[in-house]
Amino acid sequence: MADTFAFDLAPPQAKEPAKIRPIVSREEWGMRAGLGLLALYLAVTIAIPLFMLLRKSVEDADGSFIGLANFHRYFADPALSLSFQNSFFISILGTAITLWLAFWYAYAITRSCMPARGLFKALALIPLLAPSLLPGLALVYLFGNQGIFKSVLMGQSIYGPIGIITGEVFFAFPHAVMIITTALAMADQRLYEAADALRAGPVRTFFTVTLPGCRYGVMSAGFVIFTLIFTDFGVPKVIGGSYDVLATDIYQQVIGQFNFQMGAVIGLLLLAPTVLSFAADRITTRRQQSMVSARAVPLEPKPRRAVDRACFAFCLVIAVFLLGVMGMAAFGSVVKFWPYNLSLTLMHYDFGKLGTDGWNPFWNSLKLSAFTAVFGTAIVFAGAYLVEKIRGFGIARSAVHLLAMLPLATPGLVLGLSYIFFFNSPDNPLNFLYATLTILVICTITHFYTVCHLTAVTALKQLDAEFEAVSASLKVPVWRTFLRVTVPVCLPAILDIAIYYFVNAMTTVSAVIFIYTGSTKLMAINALNTDDAGNSAAACAMGMTIVVTCALVRGLHALAGRTFLARHQAWRRRSA
Amino acid sequence: MFGTISRPRGVTLAGLTLAALVGFAATASAKDKLTVYTALEEEQLPVYKQAFEAANPNYEIEWVRDSTGVVTARLLAEKANPQADAIWGLAATSLMVLDKEGMLDSYKPAGYADIKDDFKDKRENPTWVGMDAWASAICFNTVEAEKLGLPKPETWKDLLKPVYQGHIVMPNPNSSGTGFLDVAAWLQIFGEKDGWAYMDGLHKNINTYLHSGSKPCKAAGAGEYPIGISFSYPGVVLKNKGAPLEIILPKDGIGWEMEATAIVKGTKHADGAKALADFAATADANKMYNGYYQVLARKDVQAKLPENYPADEEKLMISPNDFTAMAAKRAAILEEWQKRYGSKDAPKS
Repeated sequence: MADTFAFDLAPPQAKEPAKIRPIVSREEWGMRAGLGLLALYLAVTIAIPLFMLLRKSVEDADGSFIGLANFHRYFADPALSLSFQNSFFISILGTAITLWLAFWYAYAITRSCMPARGLFKALALIPLLAPSLLPGLALVYLFGNQGIFKSVLMGQSIYGPIGIITGEVFFAFPHAVMIITTALAMADQRLYEAADALRAGPVRTFFTVTLPGCRYGVMSAGFVIFTLIFTDFGVPKVIGGSYDVLATDIYQQVIGQFNFQMGAVIGLLLLAPTVLSFAADRITTRRQQSMVSARAVPLEPKPRRAVDRACFAFCLVIAVFLLGVMGMAAFGSVVKFWPYNLSLTLMHYDFGKLGTDGWNPFWNSLKLSAFTAVFGTAIVFAGAYLVEKIRGFGIARSAVHLLAMLPLATPGLVLGLSYIFFFNSPDNPLNFLYATLTILVICTITHFYTVCHLTAVTALKQLDAEFEAVSASLKVPVWRTFLRVTVPVCLPAILDIAIYYFVNAMTTVSAVIFIYTGSTKLMAINALNTDDAGNSAAACAMGMTIVVTCALVRGLHALAGRTFLARHQAWRRRSA
Repeated sequence: MFGTISRPRGVTLAGLTLAALVGFAATASAKDKLTVYTALEEEQLPVYKQAFEAANPNYEIEWVRDSTGVVTARLLAEKANPQADAIWGLAATSLMVLDKEGMLDSYKPAGYADIKDDFKDKRENPTWVGMDAWASAICFNTVEAEKLGLPKPETWKDLLKPVYQGHIVMPNPNSSGTGFLDVAAWLQIFGEKDGWAYMDGLHKNINTYLHSGSKPCKAAGAGEYPIGISFSYPGVVLKNKGAPLEIILPKDGIGWEMEATAIVKGTKHADGAKALADFAATADANKMYNGYYQVLARKDVQAKLPENYPADEEKLMISPNDFTAMAAKRAAILEEWQKRYGSKDAPKS
C-alpha cells in the first residue's frame, strides 16, 4: 500500500468526464443518502428530544405558551449574573490550564523519544476510567479539611473555585489529550526536513510547522473542554461548596424544585457556548489544511536529549498526580472508616450485602459498554467520514456537524429528561425502546458523541482528499477506499473512540439515571446510591471495580492496538 | 467494482445498527413484575423486597431507586406515560406534588384506621399513606469539635453562637427537600419574622450550603466539618460504622417529613399495587421500618429505638407540621431564601 501513495498523481480532473462522472455521482448520491440517514438518526436521538424539553422554556407549568416570561424571571434574579460569571470564570481558567497541560503531554507522547510513551498515553486516560464520584471523594480525602495534603492549599479551602478547577482539569484532561494526540500523531516528516534544510530553529519550526498542523485539534480540544466544564455539574456539586455555577442552578431548578420550565431556560443558556464554538469551528476549519498529503512521509521523532528529558519529567509529574488521585480512592475503598479507623479491610467489596442486585449491575454496565463501543464507534466514524468526504452538499454537512456538537453542550441531566419526554411519549412510534437496554445504549452513544465525532473528524482531516480522488480516478469504489485506506490509516483513532465509548459507558450516571429500569441497573448508579446512603467506602469499592474493569479493557485495547498497528500501520515507518 | 457493489458504507452501517438495536430491544422480557419507584436507602431495598414477596408470592418487585429529587423529577417527566406501578418510600411532600398533577390513584389500604392521623392524607379519598418519619438533626463530630474547642449544641439557637462561625454546613433548600424541611420548621417554630432573623444569624456561621440532604451529616462524619445539619438516618449509619458522631435533636423542636406509599394512576398492575399499599401499611411492615426509623405510622406498633438512634424524636417533632401550607408557600420561601443567602461566597452586590 505504502508504495501506491508515493505516486505523484495529478488530482482527478474533468479530462474524461464521460468515464468518471457516472460512478462518482452514483456514489456521491449514495453517500448523500447516508448523510441524510445520519442526520435523521441525530435528529431523533438529540435534536428532537432536546427540543421537546427546551420548548418548555417558553411554557408555563400547564404547558401554555408564555413567550419569554421565564427568561425574564430568570434574568431578574441577581444570583444569575453571578452564576453566569462564575461559570465563565471556571470554564476559561479551567480550559486554559487543561489545554496547556494536555498539549505538552500530548506533544511528549507523540513527538518526543522519551521512554514509556505508550504507558503515559494510557495513564492519561485514568480520569476517564472512574465514575465522577470517585475522584470527588479522593480530592476530599487528599485536600479536604482532613486531607493528607491539606497544607498544600496554604489555608485555602478545596471547597470552592480551587476545588472546582482542580476537579474539572482532572476530568477534562483526557479529553484534551485524546484530541490533541490525534492531531499531533500525524505529521509529514518532509515538512520538518524542509524546515531543517531552511535552517529554521526548533522554536521557529514549532511555530511554523507543528502548531499550524495541529491547530484544528487544539482548537477543538479547547471548545470541547470549555463546554465540558461549562456544563458539568458533578464536580461543582461535590466540591464546589457554595460557589454556584449555571449547572448547579439547573440542578436546583429541576431536582430541587421540579421546575422543568426554568430548567429548560438554563439548559438553553448552556447551549450558548456550543453555538459560538460551532461558528468558530467553521472558521478554523476553513483555514485548516490536511497535513498528511498522499505523498506524506510519516514523522518519526528523533531523539533530542534535553527535550526528551523535559518531556519525561513533565509527564511523570502529571501521571503521578493522576495516579495519586486514583490511589487515594483505592485506599479509601480498603480502609475501615476514613479518617478515624484506617485499618485495612476488603469488606467493602462484598457487594452481595448491599442492595438486591449483587453483581447484576456490573454485568449490565459491561453489556452497555460493549454495545456502546461497537455501535457508537461504527456510527461516529461512518458519520464523520460522510461529513468530511462528501463534496458539496454544504448545508447538510453543516447541519450534521452542528447536530454532532449538540450533545457536548447538553448536561446529562437535560439529556436524560429529554429522553423521557420524547421516548416515553405514548404517541412516539419509538416508544417501544423506552425502558430497554437499547435506550441506554442510544442515550450513551449520544451523550458522548461530540468528542468521538471530533476525534474522528480530526483524524480524517489529516488525510488528504487526494486519496479519494486517486481512488475515484482509478475507478475504485468509495467503500473500498474507505475500508482499505481510510479505516486502516485512522485505526488508532477508531480504537481510541471505541475505548472512549467503553469507559464512558461504564462510568456514566447523569443521563442514564433517568432512564434505567430495575432490570437495567448500572454499577455507577449503584455506587452513587450507596454513597447516598452514607456508605462512601463501599461506593469507593464499586468505583474501583469499575476502574479496574476499564483498565483491563484498556489493556486489551492496547494489546489489540499493537497487533493491528503492527499489521496495518507499517506504512507509518519509513524504513518499510 | 461497479454500481451495485459501490453501495455506500454509511447506509449499510446505519441499517445494520438499527436492525441490531431493534433486535435486542425486542428481547426484553415481559414478566409480570411490579415496577416500584423509591427513594428508600440502598440497604433497605432487599429487606423490603423480600418481606413483601414473602407475603405476596405472586408478585415480584423491581426497584427503581434514586434520591428523592431525582425520582420525583423522573416521575413527573414520565407523566404522559407512567412507568411505575407504585411508589414505596418517597417523601410525602413529593407525593403531594405528583398528586397535584393528578398522577396518583386514591386508595385506602387495609388497616387504614390504625394509621396515626399525622401520617394520613386527610382528604376523603387519600392518595398516599405515611410509613415512617424522619426529622432534622444535628450531626456533631466529637473528635473535631474537641480539637476546635466547640461545645455541644443542644438547641437551634445554640448554633447562633459566634464560636461556631464557619463550622456548620447545611443542605441548600433549593436543592434538597431536607434543607427545605429545616427552613420550613424554623419558620413554624420561631414564626415568620423571627424565623428569618434566626436564619440571618445562622447564615453568619454557615460555612457552606451543600446540594444534598444527607451530605452535611456525611461531611461531619468524615470530619470535613464539625457540625452538619441533616437528619438522623445517615448519622446513625455512620455512627454504626465507627464515625465519632453524636446525633443531636435540638430541644426547641425539629422539622420532619414522612416516607409514604402511593399507587400510580393508570398502572397495569392495579391488584399488585394495591397489595403493595396494603402490605406497606401492615404492622409487620412498620416493624420492618423500625429497623431504620424510630417514628412509625401505625398506632399499634410499639417502636423500639434502633441502635445508635437518638431518643425522643417523636416528642420533639413539631406538631402539627403543616405540610400543605408549607407546600403552598414553598416557591415564595425559596425565593426569599435565595435572595438572602443565595450567594455565600460572593461579594454582596
